[in-house]
Amino acid sequence: MTDSLIQTDRFTLSASERLAIEHELAHYEDPRAASIEALKIVQQQRGWVPDAAIPAIGEVLGIPASDVEGVATFYSQIFRQPVGRHIIRLCDSMVCYLQGHESIQAALQQRLGIGLGETSSDNRFTLLPVCCLGNCDKAPSLMIDDDTYGHLDADNLAQLLERYP
Amino acid sequence: MSCVSFSTANQSPRPAETHPLTWRLRDDGEPVWLDEYLRQNGYAAARKALAQFSPEQITQLVKDSGLKGRGGAGFPTGVKWGLMPQDDTQNQRYLLCNADEMEPNTYKDRLLMEQLPHLLIEGMLISARALKAYRGYIFLRGEYVDCARHLKRAIAEAEAAGLLGRNILGSGFDFELLVHSGAGRYICGEETALINSLEGRRANPRAKPPFPAAVGVWGKPTCVNNVETLCNVPAIIGNGVDWYKALARPGSEDMGSKLLGFSGKVKHPGLWELPFGIPARELLEDYAGGMRNGARLKAWQPGGAGTGFLLPEHLDAPMCSSGIAKVGTRMGTGLAMAVDDRVNMVGLLRNMEVFFARESCGFCTPCRDGLPWSVKLLSALQRGEGQPGDLDILEQLCNFLGPGKTFCAHAPGAVEPLASALKYFREEFEAGIASMPPTPSNQALAV
Repeated sequence: MTDSLIQTDRFTLSASERLAIEHELAHYEDPRAASIEALKIVQQQRGWVPDAAIPAIGEVLGIPASDVEGVATFYSQIFRQPVGRHIIRLCDSMVCYLQGHESIQAALQQRLGIGLGETSSDNRFTLLPVCCLGNCDKAPSLMIDDDTYGHLDADNLAQLLERYP
Repeated sequence: MSCVSFSTANQSPRPAETHPLTWRLRDDGEPVWLDEYLRQNGYAAARKALAQFSPEQITQLVKDSGLKGRGGAGFPTGVKWGLMPQDDTQNQRYLLCNADEMEPNTYKDRLLMEQLPHLLIEGMLISARALKAYRGYIFLRGEYVDCARHLKRAIAEAEAAGLLGRNILGSGFDFELLVHSGAGRYICGEETALINSLEGRRANPRAKPPFPAAVGVWGKPTCVNNVETLCNVPAIIGNGVDWYKALARPGSEDMGSKLLGFSGKVKHPGLWELPFGIPARELLEDYAGGMRNGARLKAWQPGGAGTGFLLPEHLDAPMCSSGIAKVGTRMGTGLAMAVDDRVNMVGLLRNMEVFFARESCGFCTPCRDGLPWSVKLLSALQRGEGQPGDLDILEQLCNFLGPGKTFCAHAPGAVEPLASALKYFREEFEAGIASMPPTPSNQALAV
């Protein structure tokens, strides 16, 4: 914990992050509207949003750090702690539940040795639940990074994970 | 490689005369880009709207068509458009497309955006003209990365062809369209929460009134419409109101066609563009192929997690607002789910209420505290550790979290399936009540 605090105290936005955030400002009437996109830009570069990024984003947008923090803690796809190299978003909605989501979740947890919201010890995967992925005719479904998969079962799951070293 | 959304809609017959939403879908499920869309009469309706009709005339046509919102609430679209201020000096107006598709068992907007991005752009262009909006945002859920890519490419194509931007098709009308990707949370689909989220705030719903038409994004007049709703607009303008109304089955008070689906343990889960008013039984048996071998239908839900459960005996209800209302719930999104006889309703409802509790924005007490309470009770019942009186508490929660008692429609949607499950499958909940209530003495015995 102490380590991460020391690291984050030295936080500065990179030139490319700052540029990308400033580019977003042109899309809205009010700089505040770019706050979610700004958090996503930082997350894209670093995998997650460290605490010290919050005031830095606030400064670029000209809004209080507390407002950025409020947004950063509200949205489920903004990560406030380090995550693995690949994010598994497991759909836990009712259609996937009917089609065996719980056995998929159990297989994933056993294989990766982690629970929901946790990262595997080799830092390879973070496992998160997600709202219905809109793939219900192919349930059960999940996303790994930007790729969506359906018709999962315990067998094809193992092969799937191999694609994400 | 075809899109994620490649489905039965790509494999079914879809003549243009009856399938205004899906007739341009490719058999291979690849997106329809501008050249192909133009060859298939694409943007002809937009040309017609800009050249022949005033904004008021477009609004009147949409009103006359009977088009209703396809996001689940079913509010008449033309009426919503008519709420925009008449005062033309309020000239900074916005059209927001609600593309935050997250309702459990909803997979229709993904298909439209991934495979027919220009249909949505054309629908938004005509709608923006009617609303006198100078800018539109497509509020897209963050997980729909392919939709974002396809929409951005299609917008760039449309801009290059003079179909978006300044003085569109020489009409003097300017319209700029942007994609805004979200960062999770189901509540963003509530239209005023969506506005807060677009402004870069926490997605708490706003008090209504004022309605977004008067005070919307950045305090300006704003109209929020669902993806499928906007995709209906080009055909209404292009083919006319009479043609559009004739698409629905006789007796349906909803007009036009609808993307309907059936998921769960059916033989062919899928999505089809069908006339409003088609009996649910026809959807299940003729389109989804009936239940899978060995599975028997126990209950079904007509349109998303926020609609009530129905029984097999209700399958003759027509898929339209009044048809489903007659059997006691709402049509919602029209994408139905089949529950088979091997599913325990307590476990299914626990899964659903875990979702609703997690996705509550936390703003109002009944929702923030009531939904986790229902999860606690359902979890205990599922483990067989329920207490006498638990069912009464669940029924009270259905009442206290019902329509009119919370800040927005999230909690009322959450308790609608619960109330119906308690009504039709009460014995399954009762079976979860422990035969002997734990007291200090028998707890000690159990150890």
